[in-house]
Amino acid sequence: MVNGILDYLWLVPALPLLGVVLNGAVALFAERPLLLKEAGLPLPGGHGAHGHDSSHGTGHGDSHGEHHEAPAYRKLVAFIAPAVVGAAFVVALLCVLSLASRPADGRTFVQVLFPWIQAGSLLVPAALQLDPLSSVMALVVTGVGFLIHVYSVGYMSHERAFARYFVYLNLFMFAMLTLVLANNYLLMFVGWEGVGLCSYLLIGFWYEKRSASDAGKKAFIANRIGDFGVLLAMFLVFWTFGSLTYTEVFARVPLLRESGVLTTGLATAITLLLFLGATGKSAQIPLYVWLPDAMEGPTPVSALIHAATMVTAGVYMVARSSALFLLAPDTMMVVAVIGAVTAIFSATIGICQTDIKRVLAYSTVSQLGYMFLACGVGAFTAAIFHLMTHAFFKALLFLGSGSVIHALSGEQDMRKMGGLKKYVPVTFATMFAATLAIAGIPGFSGFFSKDEILWQSFSSPHGSPVLWGIGALAAGITAFYMFRLVYLTFFGESRMDPEVEKHAHESPWTMTVPLTILAVLSVAGGWVGIPAVLGGSNLFEHWLAPVFHPVAAAGAHGAAAAGAAEGAVHHSATLEIGLMALSVAIALCGIGLAYFLYRVRTGKPAEIAKKWPTLYDVVYHKYYIDEFYEWAVIRRIVNISTGLWQMFDALFIDGIVNGAAGLVRAAGDRVRRLQGGVVGGYAFSLLAGAVLLVGYILYRSVVQ
Amino acid sequence: MIAPSAYLLLSAVLFGIGVVGVVARKNVLIILMSVELMLNGVNVAFVAAGSYLGDAAGGVFAFMVMTVAAAEAAVGLALLIALYRLKETIDITELKVLKW
Repeated sequence: MVNGILDYLWLVPALPLLGVVLNGAVALFAERPLLLKEAGLPLPGGHGAHGHDSSHGTGHGDSHGEHHEAPAYRKLVAFIAPAVVGAAFVVALLCVLSLASRPADGRTFVQVLFPWIQAGSLLVPAALQLDPLSSVMALVVTGVGFLIHVYSVGYMSHERAFARYFVYLNLFMFAMLTLVLANNYLLMFVGWEGVGLCSYLLIGFWYEKRSASDAGKKAFIANRIGDFGVLLAMFLVFWTFGSLTYTEVFARVPLLRESGVLTTGLATAITLLLFLGATGKSAQIPLYVWLPDAMEGPTPVSALIHAATMVTAGVYMVARSSALFLLAPDTMMVVAVIGAVTAIFSATIGICQTDIKRVLAYSTVSQLGYMFLACGVGAFTAAIFHLMTHAFFKALLFLGSGSVIHALSGEQDMRKMGGLKKYVPVTFATMFAATLAIAGIPGFSGFFSKDEILWQSFSSPHGSPVLWGIGALAAGITAFYMFRLVYLTFFGESRMDPEVEKHAHESPWTMTVPLTILAVLSVAGGWVGIPAVLGGSNLFEHWLAPVFHPVAAAGAHGAAAAGAAEGAVHHSATLEIGLMALSVAIALCGIGLAYFLYRVRTGKPAEIAKKWPTLYDVVYHKYYIDEFYEWAVIRRIVNISTGLWQMFDALFIDGIVNGAAGLVRAAGDRVRRLQGGVVGGYAFSLLAGAVLLVGYILYRSVVQ
Repeated sequence: MIAPSAYLLLSAVLFGIGVVGVVARKNVLIILMSVELMLNGVNVAFVAAGSYLGDAAGGVFAFMVMTVAAAEAAVGLALLIALYRLKETIDITELKVLKW
C-alpha cells in the first residue's frame, strides 16, 4: 500500500494524547505538590515528615514571594501543549493534501489501528477514517485548537493550576479528534463522551467557585440526557445493519431499504434518537440551557469547546449520518424546525444580556440552530460550511472578549465597559472583523455560509419560505445584538471603574497573534465556498460532494435529495440574488437599529425597557426557561427521588436487610439456650443423634 | 468355632457399656476409660469380621484404632492433668463456664 503520509494519520489524535501524558506528569509531580504546599496541605500519601515540614514552611511570610516567579515547569507546559496540537495540525494538513490528490471518488481512507471489540457478530475496530467531511473537521479542530492553545498560554499566565488546565485542553483535543476521525459510531461515541468529560472538567475548572462547579454538572447532566439517545440509536443501528462502521452501515442502506427491513419508521426512530444526542451536545432546544452557564469556564475554553469545536459535534454527527436522515422526512422536519426556532429564540435572548460572554453564548446557540436548519433542509454541505466559518469567527469573538476581560482585570459586564477602542486596538479590529462576519456582511466568511443556508432553506424540497423568514429574521437580530455588543464595549464613553481603567492594556502577543490569524480566516474563510450565482466555483461543496451526494442518491428519497443538492437549478439566479440582497438588507437594518439605539439615542434602550417592563423582564430572564425546567423537571425528579428514598430505600430495602438481621438475632437468642455448658448433656445429644441416624439407616434397610 | 454373632454381641455389649459410662459418669478419668472401652468394642467387631471374611483389612483397622486410641489417651490424660491443676477437680458437672 502506498499511502504515504496517510499512514501517519494515527498521529493526529496520538500527538495530543502524548501532550496529555507529558503535561499530566508535570501537573501531578511538579504542580500539584507546589499547590498543596501553598495551600498548607500535606501531600496525600507522601512522607509524613515531609508534609509536616512543608506545611510549616508556608507559615513564614517570606515564602509567599517565591510563588509569583514562574516555575520552570510552566515554560515546559507552555511549550508542549501548543506544540503537540500544532504538530497534529501539520500532520492533518499533510494527510488532507494527500487525500485531495486522489480522485474524487477515492477520497476515503481508513486506517485500522487494532481490533477493539469482538463479541459475536459485533466487530468494532479502533479505526480512523479520513474523508472530505472528517478532514474539514480535523483541520478546523486542530487549526483553531492550536491557535486557542497559543492564546491560552497568554490568557492563563496568571493561573496557578497552569499544567492542569493544559492537561484538560490536550485531553479535549484527543477526544475531539477521536470523535471526528472515528470510522464507526462506537468509537465516535468514545470521543463524544470524552469531550463531554473535558467540557465538564473545564467548565468547573475554577471548582472553588460554586457557580462554576454547578455549571459543570449542569452541562454534564444535560449532555447525558442526549447521550442516552445516541446509545439507543447505536443499538438500533446495530440491530438493523449488523454493524456500526459508517461505510458498512451506509452501504447497506439501499439493500435493506429494498428488502423492507429498514422502514421509514425505523429510520425516523434512529435519526430522532441521534438528533436527541445532537440537541444535547450542540445545545439546541430543549437541551440548550447548559451552554450559557458553561461560560463559567475560562474564556479560551468557551472559545474552543463551547463555540468552535465540541458543540458542533452534533452537527457533524447529523451530517455524517445524512444517509439515514434523508430516509426520514419527519426527522428532517423536526431538525429544521428545532434549528430555526433555536436560532431565533436564543438570538432574542442575546439582545438583553449584559455579560459579554453570555451574549456570545446565546449567539453560539443561535448559530448552531442555523446549522441544524441547514441539516434539516438537506443542505449538509451548507451546515458544515457554516460550522467551519462559525468556528473561525465565533472563536475569534470569544478570544476577543477574553482579551477584553483580560484587559479589564476580569470585568465581564458590558455596562461597565465602553470606549475600549483606544486601549485594545488589535482586539477591537479583529473582533470587529468577526462581528461583520457573523452579521453576514457581503465578502466576509459568515455571509457566504449563512446565505447558503438561507437559500437552501428557501429552495430545497425540505425547505419552505417560513423557514427562510425565521432564518432571515434571526440573521437581523444577530446583526443587532452583535453590533450592540461592539458599541457597548468599544465605542462611546467609558463606563469603566477608574481603578480598572488605569490598568487597561492590550494583551500580549500570544493572544493578539491568534486573534489576527483568526481575523484573517473570518474574513477570507468563506471564499472557498462562493456560490456559483456570485461567480464562484464553490470549491467547498465540490470537496464534500463525495460524502453527501452518492449516499443521498442511493436512498429511497434519492430524487428529492439530489434535488436538494441541485436546488439552485430549479430556481432562477435572480431569485437567489434577490433573497441574498433581502437578507443583507435585514442584517443592515439590525446594524442600523443597533447604531441608533446605542450610538445616537443611548437613552432609548432604557426607555424601551421601561415602556414594556414585562416583555423586557421575560427576555432578560431568558424566558424563565431555567426556572421552568427547575419547576417542571428538577423539582419533580427531586420529589420522586425523595419519595423513593424515604419509602422504598429507607422503608423497604432497609426493612428487608434489617429484618433479616433481626430475625437471625431473635432466633439465635432462643437457640443459644441449648448450649448449657454441661458436657454430659452434649455427650447425650451426640448419642441421641447417633442413635437416630443409625435407627434411620436400619429402618431404611429393613423397609427396602 | 464360635458363631460370628457371638463376637458381634460381645462388641455391642462393650460399646454399650462404654456409651453409658461416657454419658452417665461425672469423673473425667472414668469417661476417658469408657471411651477406650467403646473403641475396643469396635476393635472386637473389626477383628471378628476380618477373621470371618478372611480379610486382613479388619486386623489392620483394629491396629489403626489402637494407635489412635493411644494418642487420644495421651492427649486426654494431659488435658485431664491440666484441668486438675486449674480447677482442682475432675468432675465434669463443675465445668460449665462455657455456655450461651
